[in-house]
Amino acid sequence: MKRKITIALAGNPNAGKTTAFNAITGARQHIANYPGVTVEKKYGMVHHRDFDIEVVDLPGTYSLTAYSLEEIVARNFIVDERPGLVVDIVDASNLDRNLYLAVQLKELGVPLLLALNMMDVAESRGIAIDVKALSEQFGLPVVPMVARSNRGIKELLDKVVEVAQEDPEWRMAPISYGMDIDRALDEISGIIEKSSVFDPKYPTRWRALKCLEGDSQITGLLKRDPALGKEIEARCETLYRHMMNTVEEEPEGVIADHRYGYITAITKQVVKRKIESRLNVSDKMDKVLTNRALGPALMIAILYGLYAFTFWASEVPISWFETFFDVLKEGVTSILPEGLLRSLIVSGVIDGVGGVLGFVPLIMLMFFCIALMEDSGYMARVAYMLDRVLRWFGLHGNSVMSLVISGGISGGCAVPGVMATRVLKDPKERITTLLVIPFMNCGAKLPVYAMLIAAFFAKDRARMMFLLTLLSWGFALFAAKLIRSTLLRGPKTPFVMELPPYRAPTLKGLLIHTWERTWEYIKKAGTIILAFSVVLWTMMTFPGLSPEKRAAFEQDRREARQAFLASPRVDGVIQGAAQLTALNRMYLTLRQEKDIQTAGAGEGHLARVAEAALHLEETEPGGEVLKPHEAVAIRYLEFRNRMNQIEGQEQQAALKGTIAGRMGQWLEIITSPLGFEYRTNIALVGGFAAKEVVVSTLGTAYSLGASDGEETGSISQRLQQDPDWNPLQAFTLIIFTMLYVPCIATVICIRRESSWRWALFSIGFNLMVAYGVSLVIRQGGMLLGLGD
Amino acid sequence: MKKLVLMREMLKNQEGTIKRVSATGEMGRRIREMGLVPNTHIQIQGRAPLKDPVAVKVRDFVLTLRNDEASRIYVEVDPSETAQDQGA
Repeated sequence: MKRKITIALAGNPNAGKTTAFNAITGARQHIANYPGVTVEKKYGMVHHRDFDIEVVDLPGTYSLTAYSLEEIVARNFIVDERPGLVVDIVDASNLDRNLYLAVQLKELGVPLLLALNMMDVAESRGIAIDVKALSEQFGLPVVPMVARSNRGIKELLDKVVEVAQEDPEWRMAPISYGMDIDRALDEISGIIEKSSVFDPKYPTRWRALKCLEGDSQITGLLKRDPALGKEIEARCETLYRHMMNTVEEEPEGVIADHRYGYITAITKQVVKRKIESRLNVSDKMDKVLTNRALGPALMIAILYGLYAFTFWASEVPISWFETFFDVLKEGVTSILPEGLLRSLIVSGVIDGVGGVLGFVPLIMLMFFCIALMEDSGYMARVAYMLDRVLRWFGLHGNSVMSLVISGGISGGCAVPGVMATRVLKDPKERITTLLVIPFMNCGAKLPVYAMLIAAFFAKDRARMMFLLTLLSWGFALFAAKLIRSTLLRGPKTPFVMELPPYRAPTLKGLLIHTWERTWEYIKKAGTIILAFSVVLWTMMTFPGLSPEKRAAFEQDRREARQAFLASPRVDGVIQGAAQLTALNRMYLTLRQEKDIQTAGAGEGHLARVAEAALHLEETEPGGEVLKPHEAVAIRYLEFRNRMNQIEGQEQQAALKGTIAGRMGQWLEIITSPLGFEYRTNIALVGGFAAKEVVVSTLGTAYSLGASDGEETGSISQRLQQDPDWNPLQAFTLIIFTMLYVPCIATVICIRRESSWRWALFSIGFNLMVAYGVSLVIRQGGMLLGLGD
Repeated sequence: MKKLVLMREMLKNQEGTIKRVSATGEMGRRIREMGLVPNTHIQIQGRAPLKDPVAVKVRDFVLTLRNDEASRIYVEVDPSETAQDQGA
């Protein structure tokens, strides 16, 4: 009969816990969140001998206190779920510090097994560990292994099964913390045992120990019995004063010192150092990579390199995605009749979701680069080098990656940027980073900039882009400073960070990392973004034009057609609506052929007219054969222009009447000081779905009709000619777009990483900043006379 | 008894033994759990480009801490190393 056991993997960050978890469970992994918190819970299954072993990956921690969410989560899991065995993954090349967690697990009394990972690294550094002696001294089973190369995994599982068969009990192993503390522990244990809130779930002496350490979670539990709480508090207070008077240290500190004393006593006996190697490879690399002068230069080069690589490598796959969605759209268009359903599927669903999914290759590569930086250990160096700068703005060294990913070098994406804030432990620093991320110049804002720059700053293209990059950093950092000195005031969190040794990442680890995060992004596109896309489509479609207005446009079209057919020289050549339709079809088919010279429309005078029209449009000589048809062709082109114009007017009128259109007009009250009229407002409302929508919506709003040819170019020209538009207006819109609101995908992510409250706040906060800054630019510019 | 210096004031490559950690609360815990406790041998590995944080080799790994934290740690500097540094 198969037996099922649950084991929990504990261990320090950088001890190779994730690698060990991957090695044990392979691809059979699941991710969930621990109830009520954003800490990820990974679990997997493995069959070994006659056992089904469920493996739960606890968050990586250095300790088991109540100071950080991860530690509370790890501790609660062990106490509440009572796994059959805890496997502590210990970095053998860094034994002392890694054993600190092991000692605390021992204090808790849970059945424990030490897995000595990275034995190869330890060996290469001349550290020899007597495994048997360690096991005897520590009173625990110890298994050596190298998780990276799967060495010792089988032996580990053998041992797990062996220990599980003995059904070990929870047994607290008392360690001495010095006479004063030991005595206090005995007394408090006695008090707790007598009490009504005695809970066998927690070992008594462990609870007493936590009281002395001032552990908020445990003292909170004991205070449910007020008399007991007071009694214990008094005893702790006496000890505290006594310790401060004698050794001038808090009990908490003395306890930690004794834990390390206990560890050092053991490791002195079981660890032999063959060579006293002062500098290992990693230290030597740091001499260059974190060098005062070279370090920052190399950092910029590396970040830029990864960035350039991401964009270069994702270009082709992105075009595949685009083609895929284009084909899908064509397919749907050819199957479904024209109407609302088709519009919903094509413009609402495929454009909306496709716009987000189209970025998957880019996002995936970016996640890959992040994983590369994390797993190699370089990320910690970046945080180390930049901490001083970011601290001034109330951020943390680790905030920098989020900002860079979100568009720090122009053209990132805020979604992976938001997810990258998970490395920040302090909630205030993390939320501040979340709130300023949307200010960076993500890839979707670039088309908007490109269009406006082409129209008004064509000569200074490069300089403008550079200026915009600087501005986005400036806004983000100063907004962070503002938030940290008002809303999220608070002391800087201590910065005590390990610089893990450089390691070559494993491909398996990188791929698992990358895929997990990408999948999260895809899931979002498939669910909530789909819903929002449909909502936005509805807002920009309903209510449509009234039948009377539609009829009026239809009438315009009929008149234009009749006028064309009746015009001199045409009336004899093109007879009736049927021939006109045929001519249209020929002309469009011909236009789709790239090379006019080789494309032939066939025989007959209609074909000649179509051909001549195309030659005229492309201003290429058509040759003698086409000469006689040119006059008709000119008329035909004029007619096509007129029809496009009507189409554009109809779309514009339709958009103006929709919910979004009405909102746009209503918003003019607020936006007129910025110089935005309703068409810009509609575009900005649409940009909430994704910033690039601003460009296409402006196109529709400025009645470009069924937009022939290059869209961006034509909108640029259009705005350039519009009397309401000038460089100041364009610049105001650029800055507003940079700041105004995170896109839906980002808002959803911010919610996931914090709460709805902060997600909504980020919308409001961004809007306020955008409005304020744009107002200053616009009004200041007007005063300086730039608005003419 | 030898003179104690703050870790913050130590020079690059200087070595010494921690004698006292005066940080309390969360900062004290974080410093101690990383193994910076009395009688631990340390060596200053270097400083970030803006001179803060400082990187310290402790036990078998490299730890970085800000000057704020390093000001709470009292170290007895190894005599030979001091001589060497002054000579350099």
